[in-house]
Amino acid sequence: MSQDMSMQEPLLKVDNLTKYYGSRLGCADVSFELWPGEVLAIVGESGSGKTTLLNSLSATLEPTSGQTHYRMRDGAWRNIYDLSEAERRFLVRTDWGFVHQNPADGLRMTVSAGANVGERLMAVGDRHYGHIRETALDWLGRVEIAADRIDDQPRSFSGGMRQRLQIARNLVTGPRLVFMDEPTGGLDVSVQARLLDLLRGLVGELGLAAIVVTHDLAVARLLSHRMMVMKDGHVIEAGLTDRVLDDPREPYTQLLVSSILQV
Amino acid sequence: MMTALTVKNLSKTFTMHLRDGVVLPVVENVNFHVQPGECVVLGGPSGAGKSSILKMVYGNYGVDAGSIVIQHHGAAVDLATADPRTVLTLRRDSIGYVSQFLRTVPRVSALDVVAEPLVIRGVDKGEAQDRARALLARLNLPERLWSLPPATFSGGEQQRVNIARGFITDHPVLLLDEPTASLDATNRAVVVAMIGEKKAQGVALLGIFHDEEVREAVADRILDVTAFAPELAA
Amino acid sequence: MNAVAQYNFAYLDEQTKRMIRRAILKAIAIPGYQVPFSSREMPMPYGWGTGGVQVTASIIGPDDVLKVIDQGADDTTNAVSIRAFFAKVAQVATTTHTAEATIIQTRHRIPEKKLGAGQILVYQVPIPEPLRFLEPRETETRKMHALEEYGLMHVKLYEDIARHGRIATTYAYPVKVEGRYVMDPSPTPKFDNPKMHMSEALQLFGAGREHRIYAVPPHTQVVSLDFEDHPFAIQHFEQPCALCGAEQVYLDEVILDDQGGHMYVCSDTDNCEERRAAGHVGTLGVAQEAAE
Repeated sequence: MSQDMSMQEPLLKVDNLTKYYGSRLGCADVSFELWPGEVLAIVGESGSGKTTLLNSLSATLEPTSGQTHYRMRDGAWRNIYDLSEAERRFLVRTDWGFVHQNPADGLRMTVSAGANVGERLMAVGDRHYGHIRETALDWLGRVEIAADRIDDQPRSFSGGMRQRLQIARNLVTGPRLVFMDEPTGGLDVSVQARLLDLLRGLVGELGLAAIVVTHDLAVARLLSHRMMVMKDGHVIEAGLTDRVLDDPREPYTQLLVSSILQV
Repeated sequence: MMTALTVKNLSKTFTMHLRDGVVLPVVENVNFHVQPGECVVLGGPSGAGKSSILKMVYGNYGVDAGSIVIQHHGAAVDLATADPRTVLTLRRDSIGYVSQFLRTVPRVSALDVVAEPLVIRGVDKGEAQDRARALLARLNLPERLWSLPPATFSGGEQQRVNIARGFITDHPVLLLDEPTASLDATNRAVVVAMIGEKKAQGVALLGIFHDEEVREAVADRILDVTAFAPELAA
Repeated sequence: MNAVAQYNFAYLDEQTKRMIRRAILKAIAIPGYQVPFSSREMPMPYGWGTGGVQVTASIIGPDDVLKVIDQGADDTTNAVSIRAFFAKVAQVATTTHTAEATIIQTRHRIPEKKLGAGQILVYQVPIPEPLRFLEPRETETRKMHALEEYGLMHVKLYEDIARHGRIATTYAYPVKVEGRYVMDPSPTPKFDNPKMHMSEALQLFGAGREHRIYAVPPHTQVVSLDFEDHPFAIQHFEQPCALCGAEQVYLDEVILDDQGGHMYVCSDTDNCEERRAAGHVGTLGVAQEAAE
């Protein structure tokens, strides 16, 4: 982590987060803290509750019980479920990012790439066209999209390009916390490698905190500092990523790790 | 002089749940210390637990019992019970590790792999890369390989990248797991010289060396790990 | 037997007028905010000004003088029909002279003559929601207005500049009202936007098919959206009106023959007539013999 470790306060505090869909369990009693610059991977197979957890944490879903406290830019701790809708929407647009598995869910497909990146800036009051365009160009460069595509719509982009555009769109306002739902899901292997390298670099360079949901242990190893393994809605093992992957304690974790095919 | 690394009553077992919960004891009651400037070698046959001890000291393996105390920014920290963030800080500032195998990341050049431990400590990237070049040159890694990702390198080439990465910082504790296994005589000598320099700088080294010649050249003390063999369950 | 005795004054029943007046009052109280109302079946189809007609019908009284224009002209089909409609069901006086009217119902233009206190301009609006073309969900656009989230509006303007090098929107140009709500001024040319700002008249907007009424009270700030480095600018016409020589007015192009001959004349017919009656002559105009 390039982040200054003298920051003693965490960024996010989660207490006993539980979500039921009717009588069906989504996730139960999840508690953890996240520090600035830290990447946490939530790993599990389908139905483990990891997506439910991510959606609850990002206030996309309202949990059944439990709290999530976030340290706002002014230093105040707020329970994100107590925020007014206006406050929450503002938070999601400025201090948070959410990278969807399907980039079309996180982009405006009928609007140019430049406008996609610039939208958040315009939403917080930037009224200088030249500045917005310059910033958009800069970010397209950082996610390795050719500058001459700035006026093209994402409909004409490949999956990998759309995903990189989604990342640029999210990062342009300098968020401190980014949620990612299977960011490399559905992408070709070579495209994945490029995307992961990009993410790794940006996260390190910008000191982002991130919560990454993935079923791919290699992605977890590459991107995250810490890891939580979920099964049937519960966190069954958590700790330093390389420790959990190299010295798994729980039966399910051992099963997961041993199931990876070797190339 | 403060002891750089103190290991007390360290114990570890593996429980293999996929094999009906078979319990494999690894080591029991490991006790030793390493002073600044000395190189302690873990000796013993394969499978005796040497690598595991090294990995526990690095925080890569969990610990069942005991303590691993390291001097970190002037204070004593027990790695065995430290939370993940503390372990990461320890690795960033105080404990270096040259593993047996290099885990390669796609698209990152050998130069950047070596420079990374400095960059995450805040060293300017250009300067970090200069120091990386110097080390790679010393280890005789051909210059044309520096800008390439190490995934396609030979074992010996990968090992040299690994060594450079481990030696580039000024960490007070350095762990070495078979650093010369894939090297020829010339490069073995380079590594021996580098270890000597670290010792002179007051770094505490803990290592595993199968090569007798290298072992003789660097070891101040040899610890026979079979002394920590767990009592076999009846 | 009087054929119109079966209709209430101005066609709508009193309860409906009450409902619409409430909506109008609410709209005036919240300038630029789209107030939903229960749009009635009118004797013309949707898309022919039913919103404007309902607003006019709710506010018109026996002493009012009504002017109706369509694209600036009093003599096009719609203007004629609607004027005749109100003459029939309200038996009010009608006029083509802007200065004499108390209520002016308009489709897609604002009269050139400055409006004064006591005059009401009723606009016919097709799509009241300025964000509709970028965000099709009504649930989302309502939230955006409620939370003042107007970044998307600037996205549209950004796209224009990216595509055409300048803001290409020339009509229905979005404005911000009293620093709060973003509003669609109806498909009037952007040339007319400045007239909406700090007008002495009351401006009412009716969208019949979409069931919305909104308003800009007199002396209200109406500012066209733009970028700092691409400021709002109105259309500029190279030549004056061919008939009356007026400059700084909105001109229509009229094709004269099938060899591409054309002329530009005032869109506002009343303004043009008045000027010609006062003796102004354009390059293709004919001098008036005597003042009206």
